[in-house]
Parts: sequence; structure tokens; C-alpha cells
Amino acid sequence: MEKQYWQSLEEYKKLKDQSLRENEEPLPEFSIEGLEESEIKGKSSRRDFLKMLGFSVGTVALVSSCQMPVRKAIPFLNQPEDLIPGVPNFYASTFFDGIDYCSILVKTREGRPIKIEGNDMSSLTKGGTSVRVQASVLNLYDDARLRNPRKVEVDSDWETVDRDILMKLEEFSKKNEKVVLLTSTIISPATRKLITDFTGKYPNVEWVQYDAVSYSSIRHAHKQNFGKNVIPFYRFDKADVIVSFNADFLGNWLLPVTFTKQFVSNRHLMKGKTKMSRLFQYESRLSLTGSNADYRYGIRPSEESAILLNLYNEIAKATGNPTYYAPPVSIEIKQAAKDLLAAKGKSLVVSGTNNERIQLIVNAINEALGNYGKTLDLDHPINLKQGDENKMTALVDEMKAGKINGLMIYNVNPAYDYPDREAFIAGLNKVPLKVSFAETLDETAGLCNYVCTTHNYLESWDDAEPITGTYSFMQPAIRPIFNTRQFQDNLVKWAGLGTDYAKYLEKFWEQKIANEYPETVKFSEFWTKLKQDGVLQLDQKSSGQPEFISQELSAEDPLKEGLEVVLYEKISIGAGKHTNNPWLLELPDPITTATWDNYVCVPVSYAREHNLNKEDVVIVNGNIELPVIVQPGQPDGTVSIALGFGRTAAGKAGNNVGKNVFPLMNTSNGRCNVSGTPVTIEKIEGKTYELALTQMHHTMEGRPIFRETTLKDYIKNPASGNERHKIDEEKNVTLYSMVDFDGIQWGLTIDLNSCTGCANCVIACQSENNIPVIGKDQVRRRRIMHWMRIDRYYSDEPENPDVYHMPIMCQQCDNAPCENVCPVAATNHSNEGLNQMAYNRCIGTRYCMNNCPYRVRRFNWYEYVNNNSYDYNMNSELGKMVLNPDVIVRQRGVVEKCTYCVQRLQAGKLQAKAENRELIDGEIQTACSQSCPADAIRFGNLLQKGSVVSEVNKEERMYHLLEELHTLPSTSYLTKVRNREA
Amino acid sequence: MYNTNVRGILIQGNKTYSDVTRDILKPLDDKVPLWWWITVFLATGALLWGVWGVYYTIATGIGVWGLNNNVAWGWAIINFVWWIGIGHAGTAFSIFLLILRQKWRSTINRAAEAMTIFAVMAAGLFPLIHMGRIWDGFFIFPYWNTRGPLWDNFNSPLFWDVTAISTYFMASFVFWYVGMIPDFATIRDRTTSKIKKKVYGFFSFGWLGNARGWLRFETTALLLGGMAAPLVVSVHSIVSMDFSVSVVPGWHTTIFPPYFVIGAIFSGFGMVLTLMIIMRKIYKFQDYVTDNHLDAITRILTFISLIMGTAYLTELFTAWYSGSEYELFTFMKNRVTGDYTFAYWTMLTCNAIIPQLFWFKKVRKNITLVFIISLFINVGMWFERYVIVVTSLSKDFLPATWATYSPTITEISIYVGTLGLFILGVMLFFRFVPTIAIAEVKGILKETSTTKPSEDEK
Repeated sequence: MEKQYWQSLEEYKKLKDQSLRENEEPLPEFSIEGLEESEIKGKSSRRDFLKMLGFSVGTVALVSSCQMPVRKAIPFLNQPEDLIPGVPNFYASTFFDGIDYCSILVKTREGRPIKIEGNDMSSLTKGGTSVRVQASVLNLYDDARLRNPRKVEVDSDWETVDRDILMKLEEFSKKNEKVVLLTSTIISPATRKLITDFTGKYPNVEWVQYDAVSYSSIRHAHKQNFGKNVIPFYRFDKADVIVSFNADFLGNWLLPVTFTKQFVSNRHLMKGKTKMSRLFQYESRLSLTGSNADYRYGIRPSEESAILLNLYNEIAKATGNPTYYAPPVSIEIKQAAKDLLAAKGKSLVVSGTNNERIQLIVNAINEALGNYGKTLDLDHPINLKQGDENKMTALVDEMKAGKINGLMIYNVNPAYDYPDREAFIAGLNKVPLKVSFAETLDETAGLCNYVCTTHNYLESWDDAEPITGTYSFMQPAIRPIFNTRQFQDNLVKWAGLGTDYAKYLEKFWEQKIANEYPETVKFSEFWTKLKQDGVLQLDQKSSGQPEFISQELSAEDPLKEGLEVVLYEKISIGAGKHTNNPWLLELPDPITTATWDNYVCVPVSYAREHNLNKEDVVIVNGNIELPVIVQPGQPDGTVSIALGFGRTAAGKAGNNVGKNVFPLMNTSNGRCNVSGTPVTIEKIEGKTYELALTQMHHTMEGRPIFRETTLKDYIKNPASGNERHKIDEEKNVTLYSMVDFDGIQWGLTIDLNSCTGCANCVIACQSENNIPVIGKDQVRRRRIMHWMRIDRYYSDEPENPDVYHMPIMCQQCDNAPCENVCPVAATNHSNEGLNQMAYNRCIGTRYCMNNCPYRVRRFNWYEYVNNNSYDYNMNSELGKMVLNPDVIVRQRGVVEKCTYCVQRLQAGKLQAKAENRELIDGEIQTACSQSCPADAIRFGNLLQKGSVVSEVNKEERMYHLLEELHTLPSTSYLTKVRNREA
Repeated sequence: MYNTNVRGILIQGNKTYSDVTRDILKPLDDKVPLWWWITVFLATGALLWGVWGVYYTIATGIGVWGLNNNVAWGWAIINFVWWIGIGHAGTAFSIFLLILRQKWRSTINRAAEAMTIFAVMAAGLFPLIHMGRIWDGFFIFPYWNTRGPLWDNFNSPLFWDVTAISTYFMASFVFWYVGMIPDFATIRDRTTSKIKKKVYGFFSFGWLGNARGWLRFETTALLLGGMAAPLVVSVHSIVSMDFSVSVVPGWHTTIFPPYFVIGAIFSGFGMVLTLMIIMRKIYKFQDYVTDNHLDAITRILTFISLIMGTAYLTELFTAWYSGSEYELFTFMKNRVTGDYTFAYWTMLTCNAIIPQLFWFKKVRKNITLVFIISLFINVGMWFERYVIVVTSLSKDFLPATWATYSPTITEISIYVGTLGLFILGVMLFFRFVPTIAIAEVKGILKETSTTKPSEDEK
């Protein structure tokens, strides 16, 4: 103890007391009265222990039961060799849905396909895609897909299904009772061989191909003229003058992606080129092709043969061919005839009407002009559309007569799309064995005893031969998600040809190559390369131009009174195969800008006479109730209605959307034709139906938004139509310093002369950037989320207007009005010229939306993800698999917009950095530019010398949208040039 | 110092000091009348409906409003500007007249300031509710954070807005409150209720009523007034910049700051008139808020209305003179003519034409007519904001994007809710606070009451 000093006795006493107190036992902090000994000592008893135990266990149980939802992020236990998380893999494959063909690359991330890109190695599609191709990846994750094979309306297993069907097949085979294999058009050589093998094993099986929208008369006409039952391969790229009758070859006709590539290749006006093709379109509704025509004439369907025959006579007179009597028509054909005659051998006449009489005239014109062998290739015919409606009619009759014992249906849905569907269903009910090979329980599959649930095409092996000699390869990009089996696997199995189709396919190719492939390569190497490239071109020797056998030509008398209906496949959903795809349902029609519904397009004059307004409801032929759109350009005496709607078993998005108009098909001339059925329409007074339109105002109000000129003026002055650009450029002065860029300024150009308005870019963007679908009601409220839209304007007379398609996305202004008004700097400028969005920073004042003169900003009005009110792909565990992991899914209350696919820019830069090199021009493509079938959208670095965009921006056609506002956009447009005389 | 004879007699009815106290505090002392309960009930109902609207909006998303990709601002912003405009009057009224030493203001300023407070509260709600992500609304304050360069954007008028409105609210509130201190003390001294004594005692900050206290009080009031005066101009100028800084046709114009400030004073005075006429009627304050007061306000309104008319014509002229096709379209084809003709002409009639009736003395003296016209001004000013916000946004540069806008029931409910909030505030103010500044009235009683006629009248 420390020594203590004291000064006085008092102090000594005090110190003494203190030390005494310190030595005493300290008083307890709390009163100890009434406590037990053990408690005072602080030891706990057994009882206390149990109490404590009970309490803590109870607490732990209680607390741990308030659990956060478990979200799994499972790493690979054994990482697959070729798979690096975060790095995409691409698989070359083929899109073929029985109707459309496209060569594609499938982008997969962590084993799931998330995006379709065009395959630029393909000689046909050359990297282009269409909306349906882009959207097809969503079909893979469709909730409507069946999980298991089905037997009599309940899930079953493959053993049962195989056993049952094999037993029946053998039984029928023994008794030689007729079984029909009803499929869509099959362009796969291996599958065709397989079906031959299958029917070899079961000779009682007959194979019928069926197309909902038939093109059989083209084949039949060529059979009559050339002895070849083919559709020739059309070469729009080699034609300087194209005259098209109701052939929407840029939209839906045969190979629209290929034809678009071909068509625009002859219309690019770059680097001083002044030559472009001229398109005449005679059509009975305003189609996408018609909207791109240089000369467009509205005709009645019943007038078509007469006009064609008059045109033939004009040409025949000049070329010395026999002429025939043609009923006189009022439609102008002199200009077309003159231009066709001036371009003999470099012209092309096509008709999309399924009428042999018409196709024979078309063939005769092309023959008279010497186009066969030049713009029409009979050696490499198109293999699409092999269905023949006569066989189908015979089949339905036989079914009704009870002569068919088994029907195996693959990839077709006649219970929905056969014109006389009641007859088909009645017949089907008489068939004892009904097997469907379908992905979903569609209208037809729902009526079958067995559903052999098939793979999605992204899970399948196959090949394709869209035009003879050009092969395309399909390989799976994902393991089958469900307990499904490829259609061909079933046939292989049932015919006892092996275990699976993949092996069959390989063997088929090995044998085929042995015969056809000229080079001597090892098959395994060849096979690997085929899988890598996805396409293969085999040169086949020309069999020589067959002799033209001329036929008697005639034309029907045009109807003068009444309405004729034109049915068409919508650019988005087509003829109904993709009706459950919400991306496609919400895609605005390039012409009407309507989403989600079908409707009756009535001519302007008819609407005026009958007091019809947009969204009035009419009854067509007394039984189909549809809303009306008063459609400029719809010819007098016609109405048009889209096919593909009114499905009842498509799935949650597509069920009961619009009305089924297949019963209005024209079957009068023995062919199943989309146009020409006479209809009556009757207005229901006072009843209206609000359509989900994305555009309400259709003229430009004289503003210099879409700039155009004619070829004549363009040749005189390349800046014609764009004179304002120079004036505005001169006025574009500023007191403020300009943005500095370090090496990169991203830029995008859109050539309005190439753009056809096909909307491929819209869906490509939606797929790439996780853009939600918001449904009919929200679109009506003008809240569509698309970052990229195609504005459509009309000019001139409403009876036959000029149509303008203008793709618009964020213009990435260098002097962006949106940036300076955001209070929290959530949108700001990057040093690469991007107008970037920090979604997490956005508080949703929407000031930027108001201040964007281009109106490209979109607001998340609601939570569109995991919300039962928006029950589309983002509200389903399966549907969400399509989301691009590189792009954030935006929260409610956040403004979003195009970023030039900044995730792709980053990936591309990282790639270049990793390889220690400069960026190569064109290496990075935005989603919209990558798969543009018209090559209208180009992307790159504006500061890079010689880059495509910087070169294009030197064109005198170049201008910026609303450049007078001094927003300094990085996106530029090139004026449209129409090839017209005046 | 100043001779206010030009105004005539300000307080009528031969009042003594104790009369003044008794009269003004009568509503606080009396039994609560039935109409007060009914009004409070209705206002609370309206407020609750508004609360539902706000809850529904925040819980579901801004999508429950009628806005769309093209018209991203609607009723919320219209009402915000409208309320801010109304909230202008009180402070403008008291401060400008205080600085100009207009004694006649003293019977009105308290109520006008109270109106300001409640209107600014109502206004302030809208920018909050209007945010897509209100839960991240604090991003707008320049606080220290770890986000590096991602800070506030000081270029954004919305940021200025936040600063201007909160400053204005605080200044107005303090100004109002300081003015009430002597009156709270009067209530404290008079009341027999213990609770009231405690509460008013607390709020009167121990006011003694000594000469030193009065000196301090006067100085403070003048200083606060001096500080608040520029805010009156700044707050609505800045609100106007939300529009004028943008590129939107019809918004992008330099006339907006003065135009908005004048418009705000106009609408504020209109609302003061509406409220005063009601108040003097129900509380029988005709002796304090005399016909002369109303006459003075209507004269001011006549003048401001002329300025408004000039501003409207100037806008049209500028649109034409600019040569910009977009401006010209917005004004000539989308306001003067076009889809929004009704809104435009309602605005013009209510704001620029109807108030011109005040030129006639007969109209000015007819209180019923004055009341009706004051309502027209309130409506007209609402339509002015509607015209500005909706017409410009709905049809701007690219015709393909043009869209129409109409409000949903939720937006209406929120507006009605703020009306409820305002009325409830005013009702509580009527009940618990002396609606006329007793101390100030007493200050002018000697000079102007009839007991002591002025020199002229002799």
C-alpha cells in the first residue's frame, strides 16, 4: 500500500477511516433481502439453467422463423469447360418455325439462351433477323409450354406414350389402315429423309404438309410453265424495276429478311452512288412493302388479274408475244410497263396472291421480259411453303368419312387456322388415334389423345435447306428444360432407326457429304465447322433453263360493288404461331401503330360515307365483332383484317386477344387465298372499343423531321430535301465550351432510305435491354416502354399517302436537355458522348422526360417485375430466364432509356483491352444495328478515322433530328430518296 | 410620420381597446359553433381522402395517375404551382405593405400569413408525392456521402426549387409566428382556463409587454420582413424556372419569372379576398375588415389583372416574333385554338377580363360580386397552370409522340386532400389563434378610429 502522509490529526483520522472502509466487505449493489444463499453468491441453480435454456431456445426459434426469402446463387461445383460465368457463348443455329427461315446466332449466358443475333455468314439472311426471330427466344421460356408428354388430358411419361402409340401403329400397319402424318412445311433434308424412312417402315402412313397461309399456286403455275413444282428464288437485288402485286416481300412474303437484304442492297445511295431500284406496288391494303414503294396503287383483289393481264398485254405488244382479252381497268399501268420494258432481264414481277390464273400471268410477264435465269432462279428454288391445300381438303374429307385411323400432327394447328375449322374438328373426332407433337397445348393438341411434347427449336438438332443448295444447321443452345422430346426423336424411335435424331442427323450428313461435298475433308472436321458456321453453301450444277410452256391467260371481271376482304399476317405475330409471345403482341404495327388486337382497316372514303370512326365496333359478315381503324391507303372497296388473333389455347398472353378471321379465307378458286372474300360490315351504333395505339397524330405538321427527296433531285443536288441542315449548322453556335472526348465518341446513323420500318430493332432492343411488357391497358395510356420506337407519318392524300418510317431512340445529345435538369445528376454525360443513366440514383421527378424533345425517356409507372398485374414474362420464374444479366431490371419510379447498349460497349472495350489492341470499327454493335435486315442502322466511333459512321456522316443527306434546338445529337439520319419521276 | 388619411377610417364602430380585444378573441372564447364542426368534419374527410390518394400512389406507383410518356407532369405540378401562388399572397401582403408602412394591412395580414403557411404546406406535399421513388427523396439534399462525383446537380431548377420553397416556408412561418407573440400573451393574460394559460403562455415566450419588448418586437418584424421580401420574389421566380429553363415550347421563355410572381400575387390576393369576405361575415368583423379594405384589394387586383393580360399578349407576340414553328404551334394551334381552347380562354377570361369589372365602383362595393369574382380569379389561375403544364407537354416537337392527358380519381383525391388540409388549417387557425393582429390593430386604433377624427375631417 502506498505510504500516506498527513498534516493534521483530523486528516489522519479521516485517512484512517477511509482505509478501514476499504477493507470492509463492499455493500452489494442491490438489496439482498429475501434471497437464497445460492442466489446471493451468484450461482445459478439447475432450475435456472433450464429456464435459461428454454428462453434462449424459444428466442432462437422465434427469431430464426422470421426468415428473409432465400435467393439462391449457386456456383458451379464442376465448371463446364467452355463456360465462364459472365462471358456469353454463341451458338450458330437456325430459326425455322414451319413458316419463316433465318440463320441465327444464339447468345447464351450461364447456359441459357438470352438473345438471338443474325448470322452474317449466311448467304441468305446475311446477319439480318426479323421481329419473330428476335422474339423467338422468349418462346423458349413460355409458361404455356408443356412439361411432360400427355395421354388423354393428363401428364404421362414417355414409356407409356411410346408403348401405346407403337402398339397402335403396329396394329394399323398390320391391318393396313390409313395413318396420316400432318406437318408444317419441312425444309430439313434429314427430316424429310427420316419421314421417308418412317413411311417405309409403316407403309400405311401418308405424309401431308399443310400451310395455314398457302402459296401453292406459285408452285402449280411453275409446274404448268416449266414442269417444275417450285417457287423460284427471287433476286430483288438484281432487279432494277420491281413490280409487286400484293406481295409483302419486305414484311411477310416467303423470305422477308433475305428479300429485305436484297432489296436495300440495290438502293444504298452512299459515296456518290446514284443508282437505285424502283418499286411499283399494286396492293389491296397498305403493307410494309407498299409503304416503301416508289409508286403505290390501291387495287381491289378482284381487279388484280385484270390489271396484270393489261400489264402483260402492254409488254407483250412490245415484245411480240400473243395478247389476250383483258377487262379494262382504271388503274395506271403505263409507267410500270414502260419501266419494265426498259429493264428487260433486270426486272421482276411478283404476286402474293394464291391464284393460279394470276401466277400464270406473272410468269408470262417475267418470261416475256427475259427475267427467268436472271432475277428468278429456278435452279435454287425456295423450299418453303410446300403445303398443298387440295391434299388437306382431301384429308379432312377422309377424316369425316372415318377413313383415317391415326393422325399425327406436327407443328400445325388446323383446329385454329383451317378455314373450315369445324369440319376439321368434326373429322378429328372420328379419328381413333390422335397424336400431337406440340410445344404447348394449342387448339389442335388439346383435341388429341396423345401429346408428344416437343422441344423448343433452341433445344433441338436439325438442319434446313431454305433454298436448294443452301444449308443451314440447327443445334441446341440449352439442355431441354422440360421432359420433352424432339419430334424427329419420336420418329427415329418408333421406326426403330436408333436412339435419337442427333445421331441420325450426323449419319445422314456423313452420307450426304460423301456424295456432294467436293473437298476431301475429314467428316468430323467438316461436322465441327458446320456446327460453328451454321450455314453451308453447296454449289450445284445448273440443270439449264427449262423450256417455257406458255399457257392460255385470262382475267376475271373485277367486282364493282361491295367490299372484299384482305387478310394479312401481322408483322408481329404472323399467322398465329407466335400469338402467345408478349413482346410480339405489344409490338406496334409498323403501319397502324396498334398493339395487342386485330381490327378492321377500312378505307377513308368508306368510313366517311358510312360515318365510321376509329374504334367504332363493326360486325363482319354478321358474326365477327371487331373495332375499326380508318386506314389511309386502304383501297376503296376493300377492308383488311389481321390473321393470327382470336386464339383460345395459346397461353396466358395470347388467349382471347382479337378475333379469328381464318374463316374469311377465300377458297372459291380451289386455292386457299387470303384475299377476295366478299364481306359486309355493319356498324354497331354506340359501341366503341379502345385500341392500344402508340401514335395518335400522323402528320409532321410541316416540320423538318423526316426529310426526303426524289432520285432526280438527289442526282442534281445530293443535299436536296436537306437544305435546312446547312442553315441550322451555321446557326449552331454556343458561348459554352464543348464536351471533350478522349478517343471515343459513339455515334449511330440511320439511313431512312434503307429503313423499311420492319421493327426488328424494336424487339432486338427489348430482348437486349430487359424491357418490360406492360399490357393493353397501359399501352392505351401511352406508356409503352420500348426504348426504341418507329414513328410513322403520312403525307399527301389520305386515299394513297406516302408513308414514312422513322426509328427513334435516345439521340445521345452532347448538349442534352435532360441532363441539366435532373436534380440528382442521375443522368449525366460520359466522356464517350453517352447520355448515361444511373438508375439507382434516379428519384423519378420525370423532369428529364419533359425536357427531352425526342420523347425517348420511359418511366416505370409501376413495378413491372414480379407483379401479378403485369403477368408477362417478368412475372414468371421461367420467363425471367430470358433477362440479360448485363442489364439491370429497373425498379418502379425510375426513368430509363436507350444507352447505345452500354453493356455491349463495355464488353467490347474490355475485350480489346484484354487483347491489348485498338477497337476495330464495327466490332461493337448495338442490338438494333446488329440484326437490322436493311443495314439501315450503323454504329461506331465518330472520332475514328474511316469508321463507317464517320464516313456516313459526311454524306450530304446527313442531318440530326431537331438540330435547330442545338441539342447536338450523336445520332444522325440520312434523307430518304424516292425513285420517282416527279 | 405618415398620414394615412387617404384611406379614411380603418377601424369603425367607436372601438375602445378592450372592445378590440373582446371582439377579436370572441371566436376563441365562445362555444364552438356548429358550422365549425361541420367544416372541420368535411375538411378532415377531404384530407383523409387525400391521404388515401397519397398512400395509394406511393404504394402502387405513379402509374395510378393519368400521366404518360409524353405528359410526365400533370395535376400534381399544376396544383403545386397553384398552391405556391396562393401561398404568395400572405407574405407579399404583409411584407410589402409593412415595408411601405401601409397601416391598413394590420387587420388582414395575420389571416393572409396563415393562409400562406397552409398553402405552402399544401404545395410542398406535391413535389414529394410526385417523385417516383419518394423513399430515395433525400438524394436531393446536398449531404456528405460516399458516391464520389454523383452529388446534387446545382444546374437543376428542381434543386433550386427545394431550396427556395423550404427557405420561403421557414421565413414565412417565423414572420407569422413572431407577429403572434403579443397576441398569445394577451390570451394568456385573459384566459381563465389553466390549460390555455399554460399553452399560450408557452407560445408567447414569456412576453411582458414592456417598452423594451415592443422595441425588439418591432425591429424583429421589420428585419424579418426585409429578409422575407426578396424571398417572395425569388420563390416564384424559381418555380417559374422549372419551366423556363427547359426546351419545351411554351415553357422556354424569359418572361416567366416576372409573369409567375405577378400571377402568384394575383392568385394570392384573390384567395385573400375570398377568405376575408367569409371571415368578416361569419365573425362579424366588418368593423375591422371594412369595405374600404376590400376596395383597396380590388383596386390592386384590377391593376395586376392588367399586367396579367399584358403578359398573355406578350407571350403570344413573342411566340410569333421568335419565328419558331414549335412556339407558334403551341400558342396559336394548341392554346388559342386547338384541343385546349377551353382551358386557355377560361384562363384569359377569368384572369384578364373579369377582374376588369372592378373598374366600376358599383361592382367594388357589391361584396357578393366581389366574392364571386375572387372565385373566378382562383379558378382562372388554376387554369393558367393547367394551360402551361399540359398544353406544352402534350404536343411538343415530334407529332408522333403527341398524347393527351386527363387526371385520374387519385390525382383528384390528392388535390381535394390538399384543399382539406388548407381548410382544416384555416379552421384551426380561426379557433385557436386571434385572426386579426390585436396588438397591431390597437396600434392604429388611436390614429384612425372614429373617436378621434383626423384633421381633414374637422
